[in-house]
Amino acid sequence: MSNRRYGYYYTAPLVFWVLAFFLIPISIILVFSFLKKGLYGGVIYEFSLSAYQSLLNPTLFKVLITTLYMSCVATLLTLMLAIPTGYFIARSKHKNFFLFLIIIPFWTNFLIRIYAWIAILGNNGFLNQFLIKSGLLENSIQFLYNPLAVILVLTYTYLPFAVLPLYSTIEKFDFSLLEAARDLGATKFESFYKILLPNIKSGIFSAILFVFIPAFGAYAIPQLVGGRNSFMIGNIIARELTVTRNWPLASAMSSMLTFITIIGVLYFLRENNKGSKNKTNVKA
Amino acid sequence: MSKHKTSSFNRGLYSTSMFILTIFFFYAPILVLLIFSFNSSKSMMWEGFSWRWYSDLIYKSPALWASFDKSLIIAFFSALVSTFIGTIGAIGLYWYNIKFKKTLQLMTVVPMLLPEIILGVALLIFFSSAGMKLGLFTIFLAHTTFCIPYVFLIVMSRLDEFDKSIVEAAYDLGATELIVLTRIIVPICIPAIVAAFLISITLSLEDFVITFFVAGPGSTTLPLYIYSMIRFGVSPVINSLSVIILIATVILSLLSLKFAKGIFK
Repeated sequence: MSNRRYGYYYTAPLVFWVLAFFLIPISIILVFSFLKKGLYGGVIYEFSLSAYQSLLNPTLFKVLITTLYMSCVATLLTLMLAIPTGYFIARSKHKNFFLFLIIIPFWTNFLIRIYAWIAILGNNGFLNQFLIKSGLLENSIQFLYNPLAVILVLTYTYLPFAVLPLYSTIEKFDFSLLEAARDLGATKFESFYKILLPNIKSGIFSAILFVFIPAFGAYAIPQLVGGRNSFMIGNIIARELTVTRNWPLASAMSSMLTFITIIGVLYFLRENNKGSKNKTNVKA
Repeated sequence: MSKHKTSSFNRGLYSTSMFILTIFFFYAPILVLLIFSFNSSKSMMWEGFSWRWYSDLIYKSPALWASFDKSLIIAFFSALVSTFIGTIGAIGLYWYNIKFKKTLQLMTVVPMLLPEIILGVALLIFFSSAGMKLGLFTIFLAHTTFCIPYVFLIVMSRLDEFDKSIVEAAYDLGATELIVLTRIIVPICIPAIVAAFLISITLSLEDFVITFFVAGPGSTTLPLYIYSMIRFGVSPVINSLSVIILIATVILSLLSLKFAKGIFK
């Protein structure tokens, strides 16, 4: 155990891989974000802030706000479903079976989960056909290609990511505390808000992290079920990278996403350390 | 537990209904796909039972199967390499007090937390700057990169679980480094290693976003192919394909859960 040399041998491939295929590529986009755009793609090695300046132009800024709005709403909806679901599973007698029910959609192919909604909500989809056949509709309604559809599919896709961490924190919670609060005269809502919520804070935070970050960086979902008014940052990054070929702008947006993620992760780690120090905290 | 006045029914009404809503939300779309994969007509209107789309999928979709072959090759090799690098790296980090231990651990796990598009963009720019031709090989490199954190975490948690005194005893009895590694640590980690390998295969077979960026002409994997089919419109063949993938997923995840027992609590 004291022999460090072997430790270096064992970790050498990992160090190489993380450096070559993660740290160096990430550093490259960070550098590129401060360079000038090349005429036919690529970059000119000249310092420039123009990529960051164009982040503030009205069209891009609007996309930024739309992205923020849609991922916040999706995260909120996810929490509203995931907290009671995690609570239900943690208190049930068939934990393993119910967890398995949550894990199956979690492992199901990402594109197929999106496709399922296209098959249901599309112009020739199940819902339209059903409504027309039953005489409730004359012509099909366009359910897809709007912000609401994107929010729905984001929620659907990332919900399992929220249920699992919430379940594991709620499972450790001492439920007799809730009963004690009720006996002492707290209302149901009070005991939930003042006892349960503060104690499962770390689970809520990891759920937010696991839902908000991928939703904020979503690409395939807005591409497939979104429309012109539900463009997200991910779509702009892909467009700048492959069509418009403005690498500095794509790099600047990616750097911004990376930065937001790292802040979120660091904050989470700090809160988690705090949480493990004072185990049961009851909000006065 | 529930000897108090709040009966279990009273306590759980809200959470029970939300749970049922969640399960319905999860499974209704999947159920629709399942039902319509047996529909005899092309539309999303039920007209009668038929195996037609399954036979179309099996006999009339050569391009789809060609893309599946590519996905399998990539999944196998990236799972192999990432399992090796992640396992040996976790062992090295766990057992030895090397410098920059915390930093390396964090850097290994961060790619898992970033939105997928970041790794896709960063690797695309990196590969093109390095003059590498985009294709199966760059996809393999990218998949290995995003599988390593999962392998690392799974093996780490297994190492955290077992009785360290066995290893110390072996050293005291004069076992060499190689013997401790191959006769004690690796055998103890085998269930975690198998689970990590299976999870890497699943992750690689599934990935769309990162692959989309680092793929080149002639390297269409199954998810890329499915994506182009979806963009083309609703096709009943995708319904039948979804059902088959769903069944395969359930089997694969049952298998990896079996091996990972005790790792995922």
